[in-house]
Amino acid sequence: MRFPLAGLAFVAATAALAQAPKRSGFEDMSPATQAMQRDDAANPGLFFALDGKAAFARVEGAAGRSCADCHGADGGGLKGVAARYPAFDERSGAPVDLAGRVEICRREHQQAPAWPRESRPMLAMTAYLGLISRGAAMAPPDDPRLATARERGRALFTTRLGQLDLACAQCHDDNAGRRLGGALIPQGHVNNYPAYRLEWQAVGSLQRRIRNCMTGVRAEPFPAGAAELIELELWLAERSRGLPVETPSVRP
Amino acid sequence: MTSSADALRAAAAALALLAGPATAAEIVGDAMPASLTGAAGDPDRGRALVADRQASLCILCHTAPLGDRRFQGDLAPDLAGVGARLSDGQIRLRVADARRLNGQTIMPPYLSVEARQRVGPAFRDKPILTPAQIEDIVAWLATLK
Repeated sequence: MRFPLAGLAFVAATAALAQAPKRSGFEDMSPATQAMQRDDAANPGLFFALDGKAAFARVEGAAGRSCADCHGADGGGLKGVAARYPAFDERSGAPVDLAGRVEICRREHQQAPAWPRESRPMLAMTAYLGLISRGAAMAPPDDPRLATARERGRALFTTRLGQLDLACAQCHDDNAGRRLGGALIPQGHVNNYPAYRLEWQAVGSLQRRIRNCMTGVRAEPFPAGAAELIELELWLAERSRGLPVETPSVRP
Repeated sequence: MTSSADALRAAAAALALLAGPATAAEIVGDAMPASLTGAAGDPDRGRALVADRQASLCILCHTAPLGDRRFQGDLAPDLAGVGARLSDGQIRLRVADARRLNGQTIMPPYLSVEARQRVGPAFRDKPILTPAQIEDIVAWLATLK
């Protein structure tokens, strides 16, 4: 019985050898862009996060409750929450990302109007939840109910899409560190959303970033909040396991 | 997913062979020997196309002898000398559908519209480049000796 185990260990070791060490996109940025992220006074994402902090304390909706009324002042028990999403939502029986979770709370506990995904208040709230999770190691839940969806996300990551017929993995697994038209290809980690992107001149969500890539390969992007995007987010979170949360980050 | 896409491509290739008489896009070995338009391309237009990042996208992945290389890619072979390494027909097939040679290739299929998924509405059923544009590019690449 020892032989098969030794064989498995060998397979695991060669798989590990084939993979480059995890590298946050931060490492590959110019010193000026790194400095912009490090300095809270220069990082435009901080304005969003501070708006989110104010909203967290504000009573909203017919139920007359603020986030802080349930979760505690200053984020309370939610520190580190951004490292643990997407997670399984019991009520809907499906995985939800952090924006989806905020939306459920607003609807069910606050009875407040919906925030569209790329709206400023939603970006601000998720940026704030990221800010109070800063430095926490990405730790997607080890929940068997997520396994099928995560596996679908992994399959999507390796599926060629669009007129250019390219899969996420072909750039971000196979060619990370090389140059695409002069721009360094990052490993595509997700420990930093919402992010302020210089290219956008705005703060945006991970889903917006994914849809950008899909447009880039001339594919039809999945609509915001689509199940496929949540599944992809599950796999991306797993790929980024262990990296520290950098939200709100700055990216080129 | 990849294996079913490969199977589709193989089936399409088999059908093309069964179709009988040689067509412009006929594949022989690892090459597509005949011009897609029946005429030779224009190397000057080809050079301009390769240099055009939006139209051909070539230098996003390849480095090419086009002067300033700072904003060129390094994911794919340097195009310098490609005319000495490959015949016109070999270049043509690699541009038209490199998946025929390597199912895992990162090279987009510039002529083939087979086995693509979720193509954006503006690009659906359209090749990335026209046969005439591909001939122009083949003509320029063939001069890189």
